[in-house]
Amino acid sequence: MFETWALSLAVFLPTVGTIVIALVPRERDRLIRLLGILFTGAALLVGIVVLFGFDFSAPGAFGAAQGASALQYRVDVSWISAIDARYHMGLDGVSLPLLVLTLLLSFLCMVYTWRFLPEPGRPKPFVALLLLLQTGMAGTFVAFDLVLFFVFWELVLVPMYFLIGVWGGPNREYAAIKFFLYTLFGSLFMLLGFLAMYFKANPNTFDMIALQQAGGTFGRTFQLVVFAGLFLGFAIKVPMWPFHTWLPDAHTEAPTVGSVLLAGVLLKMGTYGFVRIALPILPQAARIWAPVIGVLAVIAILYAALACLAQRDLKRLIAFSSVGHMGFVMLGTATLTDVGINAAIYGMVAHGIITGMLFFLAGSLHERYHTREIAEIGGGMLQKVPYLASVLAFTAIASLGLPGLAGFWGEVMALLSSYRPAPGLSLGLFRTLMVFGGIGTVLTAGYFLWMLQRVNLGTVPERWRDKQFRDMTAVEYVSWAPLLVAIVVLGVFPRIVLGVTNEAVGTLLTLF
Amino acid sequence: MIEQAWLIPVIPLAATLLIVFFGKREPLRGAGISILATGAAFVISVAVFVQVLGGAHAERSWPWFEIGDLRFEIGMNVDGLAAVMFVVVTLVSLLVQIYSVGYMAHEPRFTWYFAALSLFTGSMLNLVIANDLFQLLVGWELVGICSYLLIGHFWEEKENADAANKAFITTRTGDVPFVFGIFVLTFAAGTTNITEITELAQGGAISAGALTVAALLLFGGAIGKSAQFPLHVWLPDAMAGPTPVSALIHAATMVAAGVYMVGRLFGVFAGSAEALTFVAVIGAITMLIAALLALVQDDIKRVLAYSTVSQLGYMMAALGLGPAGYTAGLFHLFTHAFFKALLFLGAGSVIHAVHSNRMSEMGGLRTAMPVTFWTFIIGSAALAGIPPLAGFWSKDEIIVEAFREAQYGVWIVAVLTALLTAFYMTRAIALTFFGDYRGQGHPHESPRVMTVPLVALAGLAAVAGFYGAPFLEGGFSELVHFGEEAHAAQFDLGMAALSVGLAAVGIAAGWALYGRWRERDPLRSLGPLYAFLDRKYFLDDVYLRGIVRPIQYPIAAFVNWTSRVILDGIVNGFGILARLLGRATEAVDRRVVDGAVNRVAVGTGWTGALLRYVQSGNVQRYAVFLFVGVAVLAVIFTRV
Repeated sequence: MFETWALSLAVFLPTVGTIVIALVPRERDRLIRLLGILFTGAALLVGIVVLFGFDFSAPGAFGAAQGASALQYRVDVSWISAIDARYHMGLDGVSLPLLVLTLLLSFLCMVYTWRFLPEPGRPKPFVALLLLLQTGMAGTFVAFDLVLFFVFWELVLVPMYFLIGVWGGPNREYAAIKFFLYTLFGSLFMLLGFLAMYFKANPNTFDMIALQQAGGTFGRTFQLVVFAGLFLGFAIKVPMWPFHTWLPDAHTEAPTVGSVLLAGVLLKMGTYGFVRIALPILPQAARIWAPVIGVLAVIAILYAALACLAQRDLKRLIAFSSVGHMGFVMLGTATLTDVGINAAIYGMVAHGIITGMLFFLAGSLHERYHTREIAEIGGGMLQKVPYLASVLAFTAIASLGLPGLAGFWGEVMALLSSYRPAPGLSLGLFRTLMVFGGIGTVLTAGYFLWMLQRVNLGTVPERWRDKQFRDMTAVEYVSWAPLLVAIVVLGVFPRIVLGVTNEAVGTLLTLF
Repeated sequence: MIEQAWLIPVIPLAATLLIVFFGKREPLRGAGISILATGAAFVISVAVFVQVLGGAHAERSWPWFEIGDLRFEIGMNVDGLAAVMFVVVTLVSLLVQIYSVGYMAHEPRFTWYFAALSLFTGSMLNLVIANDLFQLLVGWELVGICSYLLIGHFWEEKENADAANKAFITTRTGDVPFVFGIFVLTFAAGTTNITEITELAQGGAISAGALTVAALLLFGGAIGKSAQFPLHVWLPDAMAGPTPVSALIHAATMVAAGVYMVGRLFGVFAGSAEALTFVAVIGAITMLIAALLALVQDDIKRVLAYSTVSQLGYMMAALGLGPAGYTAGLFHLFTHAFFKALLFLGAGSVIHAVHSNRMSEMGGLRTAMPVTFWTFIIGSAALAGIPPLAGFWSKDEIIVEAFREAQYGVWIVAVLTALLTAFYMTRAIALTFFGDYRGQGHPHESPRVMTVPLVALAGLAAVAGFYGAPFLEGGFSELVHFGEEAHAAQFDLGMAALSVGLAAVGIAAGWALYGRWRERDPLRSLGPLYAFLDRKYFLDDVYLRGIVRPIQYPIAAFVNWTSRVILDGIVNGFGILARLLGRATEAVDRRVVDGAVNRVAVGTGWTGALLRYVQSGNVQRYAVFLFVGVAVLAVIFTRV
């Protein structure tokens, strides 16, 4: 019973929350926020129960041999029979870490909202939209039907659009529309690809597992063209260079929790799309596209690192750093090896935790200083707000990829995999990419340490001397502690994620 | 006890957590926990050392994680080399921490300082015990971040933060090839277990080409970490950190990690003559250029820093001689740890007293600070290679081996550097302890908590060399050697006479020039050569102005510009274009009302819809839009 209902519960409990909150009078501020915490907490609880019932040794839902039987907590019922769209959800080792990450971050965002609600207030729509957003995000990672996937994928856009457009910074409208249209533009091509595969498959189907089995019959040219469509949709979401320009704007303007979820979860929808849909269904095209993806990924690493050096706004800097980190994820994916794809999934989780944490920090700094300009803050934060500044230093060091912390393994393993990419891919090219990726790690260390120096170190500038800032508050402790602990624990025991993904990724590789 | 050797790194690491969370409530504000933990690790280290002396050897591995077909392990390999390093690291760390209780007593962030020292000690010991390449890498990077944190301990001053950044970024530059070297070995050997890799490399299972590439790449990391030319530039700046930190991290232990790594992976290096030659050449260049720079420093810590770089060059050059120099190089690491830590702590004692690093503001301190003076003399004599102190035995062994291996280039440089070493240390002693006091205030001897570690280290600096002395049976070379046979130290009276003679020349020359205080440094009469040394061969300028600043400012700004103006310009251009197109089609649609163009109307609706979103941000129409889009596409596809 729970087996078949678990995923629906995890995905739609927040939607129920949205409806419940819609019925609560808007004056009941505390109640609304409490409901938000309760519903995301309940979804997280479901996720934890799922986690304990999960068979970690099971293969992934890839390839003709295993097919749908590899899916756990599977539910597959008819939905829109006219187009054979089914309500097909399930979990395997690739989905599970991302689902848990989504549930955790959403919950922590709600906890954070207990104290921090951006201008212009209005908790009712804010919390309701966050809950709706969660349904879209969680659904994307468990959907195994392309129509269902697409609905969840697009569902995410609407609440995020409003979160940025209403609760955002001064330039929020431009950022919100840009985010919306840019992503939409990409997803149209993605949808085009979905439809093409639907019509090409015999019998027509939107089922991802069935398509993986049918994929072998697709011709080379067809695969290449469809892959191009999927590529646009996913690459814009990741975002890969040169499609990244919506991200800094969206992040800079978005409210804190919006940024946390945007970086922590939304970007992973793109990388997940590559691993879940593009690679297994169109393996032949993936081989041909892999060098392109690899090159763009490494350009992103270097480009983002250099751009970070030039940023004056803390949030913009973190946004650009995301582009670089996702570059490592895509580099790992592009190698089409088990090491690379495991590294990619690990990198997604690590980036979600670390960069999510960085955006929390940027938000909390803004709460104190009312500015995010690095020059305006002007240093001395370690004197002014020592705990907050220490957490910032810790997280930044995690983000620059220090071994022993979570940021390291995804990046080093992605580089390791490019030393030996899948057979058939150019060794020379991928080793060159590895070298440039390695240079990227030096630049990454450079901009993070420079940022820390300008924000944390030195003495407090005159203008802040007389201002009283609260150091970390209880809500901040509670909503950040799980992330900070996870950064250390995942760094010391990378097996916690890799043990989940390794088997699943292994079966994906049989398709190449 | 040897089976529990894993406790040696674990105890200080656990202490770090305790200090961070509870340190401030402890009577000694964190120092107590730190010292107790390091003391415990030291006791275990000694017990392990004794067992290893008796022939014990422990190697254990526990599974860590798997990725694809690669299996990584956390392990320990307690052999002679590791056992020696345990004792050196825990002992120096212990003495430095005790000393720090006095030295840091009135400095800010006392508790944090000890937390970082504990973290460093644990990480360094993890690096030593590691039997897996990635485990080693974790320790390698963690000691780097501790170094960063401690160099920048007094971060109120921008200079110190700059020095910390420089140290981290420079060493990380070396770490890039280092990591790639690990990759090469991982795939070439099919394992990351260091013992297995050594066996495979020695057994010829790894191709010579792969070994050469791996060794050269790995050595890149050592160049960064052990401050070898051309990445040595960070170490002198790292003197911005508290002096005990310089003694522990930037003299005795962390900077020796590169040497240790080469020693640990010597199976790989020994398999490639090219790589060994490269190591020897870099070591030789480093020892000479750093010794020359030590001649012209006014900052006492910088003299010692360049001296450290130079001595690390000796160790590298020795390792570069191949299996014959293996024991000599690591023996020099062993003795150097004691006398260089001693010299730094002595310098710290002086700085503590006169509140300046500049030797031009010191002078005549031998009467006010007798303990510091005498221990400093012992350390300097050990460094200069005066028999029978520690440095004599280890340095002499390197010189002898270089000659025997017919590496005359290395030999000449090593001999010449020995002369320079004696010279610059004499200069430093003369400027600091002789003549009249030139600084402010009244210098006084440091408290007992600082002088006791000095005396202890002075004792070690005096006697440690006997452990590897040629006449001792079953000494250092029994414990640390490469291959089956121990390569016992050779005593060569001619060589010993030569190096001692040169040291005497250096001392005499140093005393002649600096025995009497002169306002103008006599070496200034070297003219342009002095300027060349004073500007550190212009290397810093090349790095800063040629690489760092251009990347930091113009290149970064340009990249940001391309993103903001060009890439974003294209995106906005599309938006504007869509808007114009929408207006145009709308106009056409209004004027050309014709039933035959219904198909166009669909397109118009399409663009028009898009346009309206651009203008109003009206998202409610999204669903309609989506539906229309899907319908259109479905039509197209059924026709294709």
